[in-house]
Amino acid sequence: MSAFDTVIRLAFLAAATAFVLGLHEMNSPATARRGNRLSAAGMALAIGSTLALVIHTGDISGTGWAVLGTGTAIGAVAGLRMARTVQMTAMPQLVSLFNAVGGGAAALVAITDFIRVAGEDAPGQPVRIVVAVVLDVVIGSVTLSGSLIASGKLQGLLTSAPVVFPAARLLNLGLGLAVAGGAGYLFTGSQNVLVLLAITVAAAVFGVTMVLPIGGADMPVVISLLNAFTGTAVAMAGFVLDSPVLIIAGALVGASGGILTKLMADAMNRSITEIIIGGFGVADSTGVAVAGADAQVRAVTAEDAAIQLGYASKVIVVPGYGLAAAQAQYEMRELAELLEARGVDVSYAIHPVAGRMPGHMNVLLAEANVPYPQLKEMDDINPEFARADVALVVGANDVTNPAARRPGNPISGMPILDVDQARSVIVIKRSMGQGYAGLDNDLYADPKTGMFFADAKRGLAAITAAVKAEVPVG
Amino acid sequence: MTGELMSDLTIFVLSLLVGLEVISKVPATLHTPLMSAANSIHGIVLVGAMLIAASAHSATGYVLAFIAAAFAAMNVVGGYAVTERMLQMFRRRPATAASTSDGHRNGTETP
Repeated sequence: MSAFDTVIRLAFLAAATAFVLGLHEMNSPATARRGNRLSAAGMALAIGSTLALVIHTGDISGTGWAVLGTGTAIGAVAGLRMARTVQMTAMPQLVSLFNAVGGGAAALVAITDFIRVAGEDAPGQPVRIVVAVVLDVVIGSVTLSGSLIASGKLQGLLTSAPVVFPAARLLNLGLGLAVAGGAGYLFTGSQNVLVLLAITVAAAVFGVTMVLPIGGADMPVVISLLNAFTGTAVAMAGFVLDSPVLIIAGALVGASGGILTKLMADAMNRSITEIIIGGFGVADSTGVAVAGADAQVRAVTAEDAAIQLGYASKVIVVPGYGLAAAQAQYEMRELAELLEARGVDVSYAIHPVAGRMPGHMNVLLAEANVPYPQLKEMDDINPEFARADVALVVGANDVTNPAARRPGNPISGMPILDVDQARSVIVIKRSMGQGYAGLDNDLYADPKTGMFFADAKRGLAAITAAVKAEVPVG
Repeated sequence: MTGELMSDLTIFVLSLLVGLEVISKVPATLHTPLMSAANSIHGIVLVGAMLIAASAHSATGYVLAFIAAAFAAMNVVGGYAVTERMLQMFRRRPATAASTSDGHRNGTETP
């Protein structure tokens, strides 16, 4: 190994170290930004070293430089623009899009490498490389098309309802067989580029047929899973190019996506297979529904709610996606600040699946200037409900339903926020519509629960006005 | 089984384990920035795109390398920028109105 190679390899090692330490710093909001910058510095080092390597090797043609320069510039500008302008509610779409392009780039790396080697007179790649090429291409293509579909669903370009089409399983089986057959053929040492392209197309179609039947509310699981896929595809690209830094980075992302997939599936009480194969997932919880005629509920006014909240000593807010869908985060924070000015202790109970991707609700509230120490995870906040005077539920439904503790219904066993343990409960809700699971919420019929029927944004504004009018500061 | 495969596999498996260990300590509050940060890290595929662009000497190779470079650059630059923007919003105390309204919009730093 020449001195130059040694330096380059050490630089890659430093970059990989920066990625690990950067992720480690994400264990607290106080250090997370430093972590992200460390990771970015590692990335800059890796890219700079590759640039030095490319120049040093001297293989690259003038056209190669032009292609690389313009491609990178266009991509960088587009990425930066999207990152700066994206709404926080649209974050899942953007993450999905970055998954798509990451997976696509990884697949292209393998395809290009395969085509280059096939074009030479030399014997083909060893089987270990061909296996990595096929895995990279399959996972990368599934991620590319699947993430684009997920992104389209989240953006509302495609229906968020599950799209079920006849013979889907037969089609998937056919696609699987095509991929397996093509892969087997390439493993025998064939350098047929068309076979690899056929595998690519089959995998891309599979990505579409995999994500289309999945409903909008299952998106946190799907995005996490596709994130894990992208990481794995990148690691496979590392096997193809024999580049440890790609393998390490890809494996880290694979681990992260895997953990989040598991956490999300657990929090929704669904198995990953069930979601992928398609279970009861139907559309969003914000849909219209008829008022439950049989349920006896107590309706309250904004003034009632204001007095109850204003004279409480401890209030726990339970925000659901309905809050974000109504863009009511700012009204929520304003009300919370008014209450705090009146000596009320306010915190937020965040269920893991509140939002459209893992942790989404926290970002939405942080954007609305809610200080992060008030954002509490489910396991931390649950014991506190018993000490809360009021639990204020805004736009959340299934995650507060005590029915989850009973067997025999769709949400049995799902981890929930123990809202019913609070001394009193106020629910802001547009109607008595059912949640995503299509289940009546026992919480609403509880005598200590007051229902304030209103849109989240207008309802919170009305309570805020009433607090100002009815409850003096101090 | 060759030496390269063995060492690459070793690196892969150990990195997965390190990833599981490090990431399981990230609080749920930060899961969105975490995923976004992980997203930026897989932008490392830009290194792969650079290497294939360097060895490309055919029209097909150039076209594919071009797309790969654009995709990867979008991934890596957008990923880090949006993670930074999100993390800026996480504050221990409510910020003053001025620093939240523009700070993250134009990407300037607010201490």
